[in-house]
Amino acid sequence: MSMTMGTHPAHANAHPAAQANAHRGARPLLEVNDLKKHFPIKGGFFGGTTGQVYAVDGVTFHIDKGETLSLVGESGCGKSTVGKALLRLFPPTAGQVVLDGQRIDDLSAGKLRPLRRRIGVVFQDPFSSLNPRMRVKDLLAEPIRNFGLAKNSADLDERVAKLMDTVRLPRDAVNRWPHEFSGGQRQRICIARALAGEPDLIVCDEAVSALDVSVKAQIVNLLQDLQKELGLAMLFISHDLAIVEHMTHRVAVMYLGKIVEIAPRRELFGAPKHPYTEALLSAVPVPEPGAARERIVLTGDVPSPINPPTGCRFHTRCPYAFDRCRSDEPKLQQTTPGQWAACHLHDLPAEKNPLARGVSATLA
Amino acid sequence: MSTTILPPGAVSRRDVAAAAPTPDVMQPKQPRKGFLGYLMRHPTIAFGGALLLLMIGVAVFAPFLWTKDPTALAPVMRTRDPSAAHWFGTDMLGRDVYSRVLYGTRVSLIVGFGVAFFASVIGLFIGLVSGFVRWADSIIMRVMDGLMSIPSILLAIALMALTRGSVGNVILAITVAEIPRVSRLVRGVVLSLREQPYVDAAVACGTRTPVIIWRHILPNTLAPMTVQATYICASAMITEAILSFIGAGTPPIIPSWGNIMAEGRALWQVKPYIVFFPAIFLSITVLAVNLLGDGLRDSLDPRAAKRV
Amino acid sequence: MALLEVENLQTHFRTPDGGVNRAVDGLSFSVEAGETVAIVGESGCGKSVTSMSILRLIPEPPGKLAGSIRFEGRDLLKLSEREMRAIRGNEISMIFQEPMTSLNPVLTIGQQIGEALRLHQGLSKSQAEAKAVEMLTLVGIPAPAKRVKEYPHQLSGGMRQRVMIAIALACNPKLLIADEPTTALDVTIQAQILDLMRDLKRTVGAAIVLITHDLGVVAEVAERVIVMYAGRKVEEARVEDLFRTPKHPYTQGLLGAVPKLGSSLDGTTERLAEIPGLVPSLKQKIQGCVFASRCPYATDLCREVAPALEEKAPRHVAACHYAVKEAVAA
Repeated sequence: MSMTMGTHPAHANAHPAAQANAHRGARPLLEVNDLKKHFPIKGGFFGGTTGQVYAVDGVTFHIDKGETLSLVGESGCGKSTVGKALLRLFPPTAGQVVLDGQRIDDLSAGKLRPLRRRIGVVFQDPFSSLNPRMRVKDLLAEPIRNFGLAKNSADLDERVAKLMDTVRLPRDAVNRWPHEFSGGQRQRICIARALAGEPDLIVCDEAVSALDVSVKAQIVNLLQDLQKELGLAMLFISHDLAIVEHMTHRVAVMYLGKIVEIAPRRELFGAPKHPYTEALLSAVPVPEPGAARERIVLTGDVPSPINPPTGCRFHTRCPYAFDRCRSDEPKLQQTTPGQWAACHLHDLPAEKNPLARGVSATLA
Repeated sequence: MSTTILPPGAVSRRDVAAAAPTPDVMQPKQPRKGFLGYLMRHPTIAFGGALLLLMIGVAVFAPFLWTKDPTALAPVMRTRDPSAAHWFGTDMLGRDVYSRVLYGTRVSLIVGFGVAFFASVIGLFIGLVSGFVRWADSIIMRVMDGLMSIPSILLAIALMALTRGSVGNVILAITVAEIPRVSRLVRGVVLSLREQPYVDAAVACGTRTPVIIWRHILPNTLAPMTVQATYICASAMITEAILSFIGAGTPPIIPSWGNIMAEGRALWQVKPYIVFFPAIFLSITVLAVNLLGDGLRDSLDPRAAKRV
Repeated sequence: MALLEVENLQTHFRTPDGGVNRAVDGLSFSVEAGETVAIVGESGCGKSVTSMSILRLIPEPPGKLAGSIRFEGRDLLKLSEREMRAIRGNEISMIFQEPMTSLNPVLTIGQQIGEALRLHQGLSKSQAEAKAVEMLTLVGIPAPAKRVKEYPHQLSGGMRQRVMIAIALACNPKLLIADEPTTALDVTIQAQILDLMRDLKRTVGAAIVLITHDLGVVAEVAERVIVMYAGRKVEEARVEDLFRTPKHPYTQGLLGAVPKLGSSLDGTTERLAEIPGLVPSLKQKIQGCVFASRCPYATDLCREVAPALEEKAPRHVAACHYAVKEAVAA
């Protein structure tokens, strides 16, 4: 693979976003190429389609083995839809999902089923994620039985018990019902279920967002420990930037169904290269009274994904928007090694680009 | 963050200030455990259930409750007022109304329970199919819409007109009329359950669709189904009475409350008790079933459990 | 005399199985006129129940209130329901978490703002509408004359929360209770609302009781903080003091459990501090310190004797036997 790192004009038009995937040598665990998910809006007397919700509109990223990629953005940006589409909880509209070199987006349900073992999922709400009418034992045994991992019933029990150990729950709790547990304990059960198939990747869809501060810290620590122990890759979908910064290796920022910036943690939090990332970071309230911070307060609301703005989708709220942003859609381009942003500012000379500074400049 | 905690032992019991104890605002009651405690917390279930049990007792033990043959004619004893010999009086053919009303309980309960059972089972099946098979859904639901556009009593009359009058056919006719309501309910529950994260989680860990329906969907539809079944039971008993009253239901030789009332209708102004007693029994039975349904709904409703 | 003085407030609930849930158990605090006080704690600590108790919005039964809540010297718990209605939405008003469900979908924005004005201040319909436009301008809603005629579903979440604030401020309340006002909002919208609240604090001058679980929001808006745990106040201090030198082990644990933005830049991304275990059940009466079951420093003394709130530093109280007591100016 001889693709260069920069924005070579020859590639800039073909698959702009795909370059982010193409420049590395080793095969990533998961590749998502130009993924789209549009939901039809049904209406009218005959139930015809009257429009589309462009929930996810061309998203490209990869996750390496053992790596955590976070997907951040505000509600309605499509981050959870990405997670559900790659889990094939609904079929994607377009694009590819490649797991360890094998395309899984176009597999039949039957062919896909054994591959589901390799991706676990933990959802946001620990109360509705567990069937209230199943004991913990049965909840954890379900994936083990589905994938035929246990040799016999003794092996099954042993595996369930080991899972309880892994998530630091007492083994004898397997006979209890979900409602007997607190929110944090239930989330541990959900994590245990996600691990039951011995996956390579775990999708955490706002997995700690609904938890209380002290419990959140317990679960965050558990996830980090498990990642180290089991070498898991993680897709961490969250709106909580402080937690993301704490957990992640790389971050992708989504706005209205598109990735606007994707970068390693230090680069993204130190020197964001997209105005939306910059505004998002400055909007987070910091638990330090009197912390002198320059806050960029975005005006207005997120536009509707049914009728997204032309050109750059962020131009309606962007403090730096100029004429080109209203007509011309920016493509992801590499600004510093590993850091990709979709913003026209980076085509301007450095002195006119308010986002040109690097991480070291921020720290100084 | 500076830790400003003294080492253990640095403080002794003498130099600590104890917080003022907080008095009890209300006394905790020792909850009764077990089935009796459950009944005490849900008086509607206790009352409705007791009443219904009483009615079932009446139906089962009708021959032993000082009744006579409900179909025995006694032309001499026509239209007698209630007395020691005939507690509810006699009808225009001299039959004992008390015996007829007690035996009529059997018909009502059989029809009520039968319809509730069959309508639930068939409605559950249709609702599950419709909630899971997208292409079948639009067809099934249009058929159900069509059925629901006909008043259920008219539908039942029409069906009865096609068949011979018998208790079985009455159950069949009312069941057909009730199915659309059940299947709509089940479909709604199934569609909302399919959105539950635990169903998504089951799909993601490789569970096949039939297993998902059996293990994750079905058990969670049972609570709303049980409640709905009680309402269907009550409504079926009323429909049966109406059908019999207009002569389109249970054959006249079988004493059912509707039949008794139909026969007493002509004498309503002079001998009101012939209509009055079966009507009272019907009302009490329907009330019992409805109370039971309301109580079950409150007790099975997950929102009720979230109350502080 | 402070504007609001809550003394030994107890809000208990009868549970369906006959037990008693001691949601708030012996809480005392006061709020001065124009001051912003935050009540923080995790779910189930009693912070929301406290706010509902102040407005007497707790249904009795299953709830029962004891103690006293003095607002401008009058004990709210002793007022009749009629007198209470004259205070709610007028002298004390409330902003709720969920801007979607707190507005009536079939009334226009103008009607909903005007409702309180017409009820409490006897304004005419046209006067109320004029005031509604004024309120919408105050909370920064563009084109207010057009917006007053619109319905809640035509507004975005952030705009709805602004409308809620406009309704709450319409009658110039002396006290505003904000129960998780930004929790349901996105980060960028939350920043807008927090900015608005800071501006309004200067222009309107109402005292604010801010109920939240978000320590970041507390740091940005509050002047004084009350930390609640299991229905009790465990610590109270000025916001700077609380964040710099937390005295109670629970507060210390809470602050350590929150990752800080920018941690990856100065290399402080380390393991988060955990508070092990679970919040104790409020259905049992708790002997000793409420936090003893999870406290890393707890001794037998803590498990036997409930610590009183002591002034550990100037204007900084905590309920802990072992927190160091600094010299407190007499």
